Amino acid sequence: MDTNSNKYTFIFSIIMVVVIGVLLAFAAVSTKGRIDKNVRLEKMQNILLTVDVQTDREGAEKLYNQIIKEQLSLKEDGTVDESVDAFNINLAQELKKPVNIQRFPLYIAENEGQKYYIIPLRGAGLWDAIWGYISIEEDLNTVKGAVFDHKGETPGLGGEITTEWFQQQFQNEKIYNANGELTGVQVVKGNNDLAGTRKDDNAVDAISGATITSKGVSNMLAERLSRYSLYFKNIKSNLAIQKP
Amino acid sequence: MAAKKEKKQDKPIVLFVNEEKEPLLSKKNIALVTDPLNDNNPITVQVLGICSALAITVQLKPALVMAIAVMAVVASSNVIVSLIRNFIPNRIRIIVQLVIVAGLVVLVDLILKAFAYDVSKQLSVFVGLIITNCIVMGRLEAFALANGPWKSFLDGIGNAAGYGIILVIVAFFRELLGSGKLFGFHVIPEEVYQMGYMNNGLMLLSPMALITVGLLIWVQRSRNRKLIEK
Repeated sequence: MDTNSNKYTFIFSIIMVVVIGVLLAFAAVSTKGRIDKNVRLEKMQNILLTVDVQTDREGAEKLYNQIIKEQLSLKEDGTVDESVDAFNINLAQELKKPVNIQRFPLYIAENEGQKYYIIPLRGAGLWDAIWGYISIEEDLNTVKGAVFDHKGETPGLGGEITTEWFQQQFQNEKIYNANGELTGVQVVKGNNDLAGTRKDDNAVDAISGATITSKGVSNMLAERLSRYSLYFKNIKSNLAIQKP
Repeated sequence: MAAKKEKKQDKPIVLFVNEEKEPLLSKKNIALVTDPLNDNNPITVQVLGICSALAITVQLKPALVMAIAVMAVVASSNVIVSLIRNFIPNRIRIIVQLVIVAGLVVLVDLILKAFAYDVSKQLSVFVGLIITNCIVMGRLEAFALANGPWKSFLDGIGNAAGYGIILVIVAFFRELLGSGKLFGFHVIPEEVYQMGYMNNGLMLLSPMALITVGLLIWVQRSRNRKLIEK
Protein backbone atom coordinates (compact mmCIF):
# COMPACT_ATOMS: atom_id res chain seq x y z
CA MET A 1 0.00 0.00 0.00
CA ASP A 2 1.25 3.45 -0.85
CA THR A 3 1.22 5.36 2.40
CA ASN A 4 2.13 8.56 0.65
CA SER A 5 -0.87 8.88 -1.67
CA ASN A 6 -3.36 11.65 -1.03
CA LYS A 7 -6.22 9.20 -0.63
CA TYR A 8 -4.42 7.21 2.03
CA THR A 9 -3.42 10.37 3.87
CA PHE A 10 -7.02 11.58 3.99
CA ILE A 11 -8.45 8.26 5.09
CA PHE A 12 -5.77 7.88 7.73
CA SER A 13 -6.37 11.30 9.22
CA ILE A 14 -10.15 10.87 9.27
CA ILE A 15 -9.94 7.52 11.06
CA MET A 16 -7.38 8.87 13.51
CA VAL A 17 -9.46 11.90 14.44
CA VAL A 18 -12.64 9.86 14.87
CA VAL A 19 -10.94 7.26 17.08
CA ILE A 20 -9.29 9.83 19.32
CA GLY A 21 -12.46 11.93 19.45
CA VAL A 22 -14.54 8.98 20.62
CA LEU A 23 -11.93 8.01 23.22
CA LEU A 24 -11.76 11.50 24.67
CA ALA A 25 -15.53 11.94 24.70
CA PHE A 26 -15.83 8.66 26.58
CA ALA A 27 -13.17 9.73 29.10
CA ALA A 28 -14.79 13.14 29.59
CA VAL A 29 -18.22 11.64 30.25
CA SER A 30 -16.95 9.01 32.65
CA THR A 31 -14.92 11.46 34.80
CA LYS A 32 -17.54 14.24 34.76
CA GLY A 33 -19.28 13.15 37.97
CA ARG A 34 -16.10 13.16 40.02
CA ILE A 35 -14.84 16.44 38.58
CA ASP A 36 -18.16 18.19 39.27
CA LYS A 37 -18.09 16.93 42.84
CA ASN A 38 -14.55 18.27 43.32
CA VAL A 39 -15.59 21.67 41.98
CA ARG A 40 -18.65 21.77 44.24
CA LEU A 41 -16.70 20.82 47.37
CA GLU A 42 -14.02 23.35 46.54
CA LYS A 43 -16.68 26.05 46.31
CA MET A 44 -17.94 25.07 49.76
CA GLN A 45 -14.37 25.12 51.09
CA ASN A 46 -13.81 28.61 49.71
CA ILE A 47 -17.07 29.94 51.12
CA LEU A 48 -16.18 28.52 54.54
CA LEU A 49 -12.68 29.97 54.31
CA THR A 50 -14.04 33.53 54.20
CA VAL A 51 -15.48 33.07 57.69
CA ASP A 52 -12.22 31.57 58.92
CA VAL A 53 -13.32 27.96 58.89
CA GLN A 54 -10.58 25.73 57.53
CA THR A 55 -11.56 22.29 56.37
CA ASP A 56 -10.35 19.55 54.10
CA ARG A 57 -12.30 18.55 51.03
CA GLU A 58 -14.01 15.53 52.57
CA GLY A 59 -15.31 17.43 55.57
CA ALA A 60 -16.43 20.45 53.56
CA GLU A 61 -19.98 19.38 52.83
CA LYS A 62 -20.86 18.49 56.43
CA LEU A 63 -19.41 21.70 57.86
CA TYR A 64 -21.00 23.73 55.10
CA ASN A 65 -24.44 22.44 55.98
CA GLN A 66 -23.79 23.25 59.65
CA ILE A 67 -22.50 26.77 59.21
CA ILE A 68 -24.34 28.12 56.18
CA LYS A 69 -27.83 28.83 57.48
CA GLU A 70 -29.40 30.46 54.44
CA GLN A 71 -28.72 30.64 50.72
CA LEU A 72 -30.62 33.47 49.07
CA SER A 73 -30.82 34.57 45.47
CA LEU A 74 -31.62 38.26 45.35
CA LYS A 75 -33.26 40.29 42.64
CA GLU A 76 -32.04 43.68 41.54
CA ASP A 77 -34.39 45.46 43.98
CA GLY A 78 -33.05 43.51 46.95
CA THR A 79 -35.95 41.12 47.36
CA VAL A 80 -35.53 37.36 47.47
CA ASP A 81 -36.35 35.12 44.53
CA GLU A 82 -37.45 31.81 46.07
CA SER A 83 -37.50 29.93 42.79
CA VAL A 84 -33.74 29.96 42.22
CA ASP A 85 -31.24 27.83 44.12
CA ALA A 86 -28.47 30.23 45.06
CA PHE A 87 -25.71 27.61 45.24
CA ASN A 88 -26.22 26.56 41.64
CA ILE A 89 -26.12 30.06 40.21
CA ASN A 90 -23.28 30.23 37.73
CA LEU A 91 -21.93 33.76 38.05
CA ALA A 92 -19.97 33.52 34.81
CA GLN A 93 -23.21 33.10 32.87
CA GLU A 94 -25.21 35.36 35.15
CA LEU A 95 -22.93 38.33 34.52
CA LYS A 96 -23.66 38.22 30.81
CA LYS A 97 -27.36 38.86 31.39
CA PRO A 98 -28.85 42.34 31.79
CA VAL A 99 -28.80 43.46 35.42
CA ASN A 100 -32.57 43.44 35.86
CA ILE A 101 -32.89 39.69 35.27
CA GLN A 102 -29.67 38.72 37.02
CA ARG A 103 -29.93 36.92 40.35
CA PHE A 104 -27.40 37.71 43.06
CA PRO A 105 -26.49 34.82 45.34
CA LEU A 106 -25.95 35.50 49.02
CA TYR A 107 -24.91 33.04 51.71
CA ILE A 108 -25.67 33.70 55.35
CA ALA A 109 -23.39 31.93 57.77
CA GLU A 110 -23.43 31.57 61.52
CA ASN A 111 -20.25 30.61 63.28
CA GLU A 112 -19.51 30.88 67.00
CA GLY A 113 -22.54 33.07 67.55
CA GLN A 114 -21.60 35.56 64.85
CA LYS A 115 -23.59 36.14 61.69
CA TYR A 116 -21.83 36.71 58.37
CA TYR A 117 -23.01 37.60 54.89
CA ILE A 118 -20.96 35.95 52.16
CA ILE A 119 -21.01 37.38 48.66
CA PRO A 120 -19.62 35.57 45.64
CA LEU A 121 -17.51 37.72 43.33
CA ARG A 122 -16.60 37.55 39.71
CA GLY A 123 -14.88 40.02 37.42
CA ALA A 124 -12.13 40.45 34.89
CA GLY A 125 -8.40 40.40 35.56
CA LEU A 126 -5.71 41.04 33.01
CA TRP A 127 -5.92 37.85 30.95
CA ASP A 128 -9.09 36.17 32.03
CA ALA A 129 -11.73 35.90 34.70
CA ILE A 130 -11.03 36.42 38.39
CA TRP A 131 -13.44 35.39 41.10
CA GLY A 132 -13.74 34.85 44.80
CA TYR A 133 -15.84 35.27 47.92
CA ILE A 134 -16.00 38.01 50.52
CA SER A 135 -17.73 37.82 53.88
CA ILE A 136 -19.19 40.82 55.68
CA GLU A 137 -19.86 40.96 59.41
CA GLU A 138 -23.25 41.63 60.91
CA ASP A 139 -22.70 45.42 60.89
CA LEU A 140 -22.83 45.09 57.07
CA ASN A 141 -19.65 47.12 56.83
CA THR A 142 -16.66 45.22 58.17
CA VAL A 143 -15.01 42.56 56.02
CA LYS A 144 -14.47 39.29 57.83
CA GLY A 145 -12.39 37.63 55.13
CA ALA A 146 -11.92 37.23 51.42
CA VAL A 147 -10.62 34.59 49.06
CA PHE A 148 -9.72 35.07 45.42
CA ASP A 149 -8.93 32.82 42.54
CA HIS A 150 -8.18 33.35 38.89
CA LYS A 151 -8.09 31.52 35.61
CA GLY A 152 -4.99 32.79 33.91
CA GLU A 153 -3.30 35.69 35.70
CA THR A 154 0.49 35.78 35.47
CA PRO A 155 2.04 33.56 38.16
CA GLY A 156 4.06 35.70 40.55
CA LEU A 157 2.27 38.92 39.56
CA GLY A 158 -1.52 38.88 39.16
CA GLY A 159 -1.52 35.26 40.29
CA GLU A 160 -0.53 36.50 43.76
CA ILE A 161 -4.17 37.37 44.52
CA THR A 162 -4.59 33.77 45.63
CA THR A 163 -1.89 34.12 48.28
CA GLU A 164 -2.55 34.44 51.97
CA TRP A 165 -0.78 37.77 52.47
CA PHE A 166 -2.96 39.47 49.89
CA GLN A 167 -6.21 38.02 51.14
CA GLN A 168 -5.41 38.70 54.78
CA GLN A 169 -5.16 42.42 54.08
CA PHE A 170 -8.91 42.51 53.55
CA GLN A 171 -9.71 41.43 57.09
CA ASN A 172 -11.50 44.17 59.03
CA GLU A 173 -11.49 46.60 56.10
CA LYS A 174 -14.70 48.60 55.69
CA ILE A 175 -16.80 48.56 52.53
CA TYR A 176 -18.55 51.89 53.25
CA ASN A 177 -16.50 55.08 53.42
CA ALA A 178 -16.83 57.78 56.07
CA ASN A 179 -19.65 59.46 54.13
CA GLY A 180 -21.67 56.29 54.09
CA GLU A 181 -21.09 55.56 50.40
CA LEU A 182 -20.51 52.01 49.31
CA THR A 183 -16.99 51.97 47.89
CA GLY A 184 -15.94 48.39 48.35
CA VAL A 185 -12.28 47.82 49.12
CA GLN A 186 -9.90 49.44 46.66
CA VAL A 187 -6.64 47.75 45.78
CA VAL A 188 -4.27 50.66 45.31
CA LYS A 189 -0.63 51.37 44.67
CA GLY A 190 1.19 53.37 47.31
CA ASN A 191 -1.27 52.69 50.06
CA ASN A 192 1.77 52.86 52.35
CA ASP A 193 0.02 50.43 54.59
CA LEU A 194 1.99 47.26 54.05
CA ALA A 195 0.87 45.63 57.25
CA GLY A 196 -2.74 46.51 56.49
CA THR A 197 -3.14 48.26 59.83
CA ARG A 198 -5.31 51.17 58.69
CA LYS A 199 -8.71 49.62 58.39
CA ASP A 200 -10.86 52.68 57.76
CA ASP A 201 -9.35 53.78 54.44
CA ASN A 202 -11.33 51.38 52.23
CA ALA A 203 -8.05 50.34 50.63
CA VAL A 204 -5.44 47.61 50.71
CA ASP A 205 -1.97 47.51 49.20
CA ALA A 206 -1.74 46.43 45.57
CA ILE A 207 0.63 43.89 44.05
CA SER A 208 3.70 45.28 42.30
CA GLY A 209 3.63 44.60 38.59
CA ALA A 210 -0.02 43.61 38.61
CA THR A 211 -1.79 46.92 38.15
CA ILE A 212 -4.52 45.59 35.89
CA THR A 213 -5.28 42.62 38.10
CA SER A 214 -5.36 44.88 41.16
CA LYS A 215 -7.77 47.23 39.41
CA GLY A 216 -9.79 44.21 38.38
CA VAL A 217 -10.16 43.18 42.01
CA SER A 218 -11.22 46.73 43.01
CA ASN A 219 -13.78 46.94 40.21
CA MET A 220 -15.09 43.48 40.89
CA LEU A 221 -15.63 44.30 44.57
CA ALA A 222 -17.26 47.65 43.86
CA GLU A 223 -19.55 46.26 41.15
CA ARG A 224 -20.62 43.13 42.98
CA LEU A 225 -21.09 44.74 46.39
CA SER A 226 -23.18 47.54 44.90
CA ARG A 227 -25.75 44.93 43.80
CA TYR A 228 -26.40 44.09 47.41
CA SER A 229 -26.68 47.62 48.77
CA LEU A 230 -30.49 47.68 48.53
CA TYR A 231 -30.77 44.39 50.38
CA PHE A 232 -28.38 45.64 53.04
CA LYS A 233 -30.40 48.83 53.39
CA ASN A 234 -33.55 46.78 53.94
CA ILE A 235 -31.90 44.72 56.68
CA LYS A 236 -30.55 47.84 58.35
CA SER A 237 -33.94 49.53 58.41
CA ASN A 238 -35.51 46.34 59.74
CA LEU A 239 -32.93 46.26 62.51
CA ALA A 240 -33.62 49.90 63.28
CA ILE A 241 -37.32 49.13 63.65
CA GLN A 242 -36.67 46.15 65.91
CA LYS A 243 -34.27 47.94 68.23
CA PRO A 244 -36.53 50.35 70.07
CA MET B 1 35.41 -9.63 23.14
CA ALA B 2 33.06 -8.93 25.99
CA ALA B 3 35.08 -5.98 27.13
CA LYS B 4 34.94 -4.54 23.66
CA LYS B 5 31.20 -4.80 23.54
CA GLU B 6 30.84 -3.01 26.83
CA LYS B 7 32.87 -0.15 25.58
CA LYS B 8 30.47 0.28 22.71
CA GLN B 9 27.64 0.76 25.19
CA ASP B 10 29.18 4.01 26.28
CA LYS B 11 27.92 5.76 23.18
CA PRO B 12 25.09 8.05 24.13
CA ILE B 13 22.12 6.70 22.21
CA VAL B 14 21.38 3.64 20.13
CA LEU B 15 19.22 4.96 17.37
CA PHE B 16 18.75 2.13 14.90
CA VAL B 17 18.73 -1.36 16.30
CA ASN B 18 18.37 -4.61 14.37
CA GLU B 19 15.02 -6.22 15.00
CA GLU B 20 16.70 -9.53 15.76
CA LYS B 21 15.66 -11.53 18.76
CA GLU B 22 17.20 -10.27 21.93
CA PRO B 23 16.18 -10.62 25.56
CA LEU B 24 13.64 -8.06 26.83
CA LEU B 25 16.15 -6.51 29.16
CA SER B 26 19.29 -6.80 27.12
CA LYS B 27 22.13 -4.42 27.80
CA LYS B 28 21.08 -2.24 24.91
CA ASN B 29 17.57 -2.02 26.23
CA ILE B 30 18.65 -1.20 29.75
CA ALA B 31 20.87 1.49 28.31
CA LEU B 32 17.75 3.03 26.78
CA VAL B 33 16.46 3.63 30.29
CA THR B 34 19.69 4.50 32.08
CA ASP B 35 21.27 6.67 29.42
CA PRO B 36 18.86 9.60 29.72
CA LEU B 37 19.29 9.57 33.49
CA ASN B 38 22.82 10.87 33.22
CA ASP B 39 24.85 10.91 29.99
CA ASN B 40 21.98 12.03 27.83
CA ASN B 41 19.70 13.73 30.30
CA PRO B 42 16.93 15.66 28.52
CA ILE B 43 17.19 18.68 30.81
CA THR B 44 20.83 19.04 31.78
CA VAL B 45 22.43 17.73 28.59
CA GLN B 46 19.91 18.26 25.81
CA VAL B 47 18.36 21.28 27.56
CA LEU B 48 14.78 20.32 26.63
CA GLY B 49 11.66 20.80 28.71
CA ILE B 50 13.18 23.68 30.66
CA CYS B 51 10.00 25.77 30.71
CA SER B 52 7.99 23.36 32.83
CA ALA B 53 11.05 22.46 34.88
CA LEU B 54 11.30 26.07 36.03
CA ALA B 55 7.61 26.58 36.62
CA ILE B 56 6.51 23.65 38.74
CA THR B 57 9.48 22.95 40.95
CA VAL B 58 8.45 25.20 43.84
CA GLN B 59 7.22 22.17 45.75
CA LEU B 60 8.08 18.48 45.63
CA LYS B 61 4.56 17.14 45.24
CA PRO B 62 3.57 18.89 42.01
CA ALA B 63 7.04 18.20 40.62
CA LEU B 64 6.61 14.50 41.30
CA VAL B 65 3.12 14.43 39.81
CA MET B 66 4.34 16.34 36.77
CA ALA B 67 7.16 13.82 36.33
CA ILE B 68 4.69 10.94 36.51
CA ALA B 69 2.30 12.67 34.09
CA VAL B 70 5.10 13.31 31.60
CA MET B 71 6.25 9.71 31.99
CA ALA B 72 2.76 8.41 31.24
CA VAL B 73 2.48 10.65 28.19
CA VAL B 74 5.96 10.01 26.77
CA ALA B 75 5.88 6.26 27.30
CA SER B 76 2.39 5.70 25.93
CA SER B 77 2.74 8.08 23.00
CA ASN B 78 6.05 6.40 22.15
CA VAL B 79 4.37 2.99 22.18
CA ILE B 80 1.37 4.12 20.13
CA VAL B 81 3.45 5.89 17.51
CA SER B 82 5.86 2.98 17.33
CA LEU B 83 2.97 0.52 16.80
CA ILE B 84 1.54 2.47 13.89
CA ARG B 85 4.85 3.80 12.58
CA ASN B 86 4.60 1.85 9.34
CA PHE B 87 1.10 3.18 8.65
CA ILE B 88 1.67 6.86 9.34
CA PRO B 89 1.73 8.86 6.10
CA ASN B 90 5.11 10.52 6.11
CA ARG B 91 3.84 13.92 5.06
CA ILE B 92 1.53 14.36 8.02
CA ARG B 93 3.56 12.50 10.62
CA ILE B 94 4.11 15.54 12.84
CA ILE B 95 0.37 16.24 12.88
CA VAL B 96 -0.36 12.62 13.71
CA GLN B 97 2.13 12.72 16.57
CA LEU B 98 0.66 15.96 17.82
CA VAL B 99 -2.90 14.61 17.81
CA ILE B 100 -1.84 11.49 19.69
CA VAL B 101 0.10 13.48 22.27
CA ALA B 102 -2.70 16.01 22.66
CA GLY B 103 -5.24 13.24 23.15
CA LEU B 104 -3.12 11.61 25.83
CA VAL B 105 -2.54 14.91 27.61
CA VAL B 106 -6.26 15.67 27.74
CA LEU B 107 -6.75 12.21 29.18
CA VAL B 108 -4.11 12.83 31.87
CA ASP B 109 -5.68 16.20 32.64
CA LEU B 110 -9.12 14.65 33.10
CA ILE B 111 -7.74 11.92 35.36
CA LEU B 112 -5.87 14.46 37.49
CA LYS B 113 -8.97 16.65 37.81
CA ALA B 114 -11.04 13.67 38.87
CA PHE B 115 -8.62 12.03 41.27
CA ALA B 116 -6.05 14.67 42.28
CA TYR B 117 -7.92 17.94 42.04
CA ASP B 118 -5.60 20.06 44.17
CA VAL B 119 -2.52 18.94 42.32
CA SER B 120 -4.21 19.56 38.99
CA LYS B 121 -5.00 23.11 40.13
CA GLN B 122 -1.39 23.67 41.11
CA LEU B 123 -0.12 22.33 37.81
CA SER B 124 -2.82 24.35 36.03
CA VAL B 125 -1.71 25.17 32.51
CA PHE B 126 1.41 23.07 32.68
CA VAL B 127 -0.47 19.80 32.23
CA GLY B 128 -1.79 21.13 28.94
CA LEU B 129 1.66 22.33 28.08
CA ILE B 130 3.03 18.78 28.19
CA ILE B 131 1.86 18.76 24.57
CA THR B 132 4.52 21.28 23.69
CA ASN B 133 7.19 19.70 25.89
CA CYS B 134 10.07 19.20 23.48
CA ILE B 135 10.94 15.90 25.11
CA VAL B 136 7.71 14.28 23.95
CA MET B 137 7.90 15.24 20.29
CA GLY B 138 11.65 14.79 20.29
CA ARG B 139 11.43 11.19 21.39
CA LEU B 140 8.66 10.43 18.90
CA GLU B 141 10.65 11.84 16.00
CA ALA B 142 14.04 10.55 17.03
CA PHE B 143 13.13 7.18 18.40
CA ALA B 144 9.59 5.83 18.21
CA LEU B 145 9.29 6.29 14.44
CA ALA B 146 12.23 3.97 13.90
CA ASN B 147 11.98 1.40 16.68
CA GLY B 148 9.69 -1.32 17.99
CA PRO B 149 7.13 -0.71 20.75
CA TRP B 150 9.09 -2.30 23.60
CA LYS B 151 12.25 -0.31 22.94
CA SER B 152 10.17 2.82 22.46
CA PHE B 153 8.45 2.19 25.76
CA LEU B 154 11.79 1.86 27.54
CA ASP B 155 13.09 4.95 25.79
CA GLY B 156 10.02 6.91 26.91
CA ILE B 157 10.34 5.73 30.51
CA GLY B 158 14.07 6.54 30.52
CA ASN B 159 13.72 10.04 29.14
CA ALA B 160 10.79 10.92 31.36
CA ALA B 161 12.71 9.57 34.35
CA GLY B 162 15.70 11.69 33.38
CA TYR B 163 13.40 14.69 33.23
CA GLY B 164 11.67 13.73 36.47
CA ILE B 165 14.89 13.22 38.40
CA ILE B 166 16.03 16.76 37.66
CA LEU B 167 12.58 18.11 38.53
CA VAL B 168 12.58 16.35 41.87
CA ILE B 169 16.13 17.43 42.75
CA VAL B 170 15.39 21.05 41.90
CA ALA B 171 12.07 20.95 43.75
CA PHE B 172 13.78 19.40 46.79
CA PHE B 173 16.18 22.33 47.15
CA ARG B 174 13.59 24.97 46.30
CA GLU B 175 11.01 23.71 48.76
CA LEU B 176 13.58 23.06 51.51
CA LEU B 177 15.37 26.40 51.25
CA GLY B 178 12.40 28.43 50.08
CA SER B 179 9.72 27.39 52.54
CA GLY B 180 11.51 25.03 54.95
CA LYS B 181 9.22 22.18 53.99
CA LEU B 182 9.37 18.88 52.14
CA PHE B 183 6.19 17.48 50.63
CA GLY B 184 4.38 20.21 52.55
CA PHE B 185 5.68 19.16 55.97
CA HIS B 186 7.90 21.43 58.03
CA VAL B 187 11.32 19.84 58.30
CA ILE B 188 13.39 22.73 59.59
CA PRO B 189 12.84 22.80 63.36
CA GLU B 190 11.41 25.87 65.06
CA GLU B 191 14.59 26.38 67.13
CA VAL B 192 16.59 27.07 64.00
CA TYR B 193 14.21 29.87 63.08
CA GLN B 194 14.52 31.30 66.57
CA MET B 195 18.27 31.39 66.12
CA GLY B 196 17.71 33.77 63.24
CA TYR B 197 17.42 31.46 60.24
CA MET B 198 15.00 32.66 57.56
CA ASN B 199 13.47 30.98 54.56
CA ASN B 200 14.89 32.32 51.34
CA GLY B 201 11.89 33.66 49.43
CA LEU B 202 14.04 34.06 46.34
CA MET B 203 14.14 30.27 46.01
CA LEU B 204 10.42 30.30 45.28
CA LEU B 205 10.84 32.50 42.23
CA SER B 206 11.60 31.08 38.79
CA PRO B 207 15.06 32.65 38.39
CA MET B 208 16.37 30.51 41.24
CA ALA B 209 15.08 27.41 39.46
CA LEU B 210 17.17 28.35 36.46
CA ILE B 211 20.18 28.91 38.68
CA THR B 212 19.58 25.59 40.46
CA VAL B 213 19.40 23.79 37.10
CA GLY B 214 22.61 25.58 36.13
CA LEU B 215 24.32 24.40 39.30
CA LEU B 216 23.14 20.86 38.62
CA ILE B 217 24.62 21.02 35.12
CA TRP B 218 27.88 22.23 36.64
CA VAL B 219 27.97 19.41 39.17
CA GLN B 220 27.09 16.83 36.54
CA ARG B 221 29.72 18.03 34.09
CA SER B 222 32.43 18.15 36.67
CA ARG B 223 31.74 14.54 37.60
CA ASN B 224 31.03 13.17 34.12
CA ARG B 225 34.05 13.66 31.87
CA LYS B 226 32.19 12.48 28.77
CA LEU B 227 30.05 15.60 28.75
CA ILE B 228 32.90 18.06 28.55
CA GLU B 229 33.27 19.51 25.09
CA LYS B 230 36.76 20.02 23.74
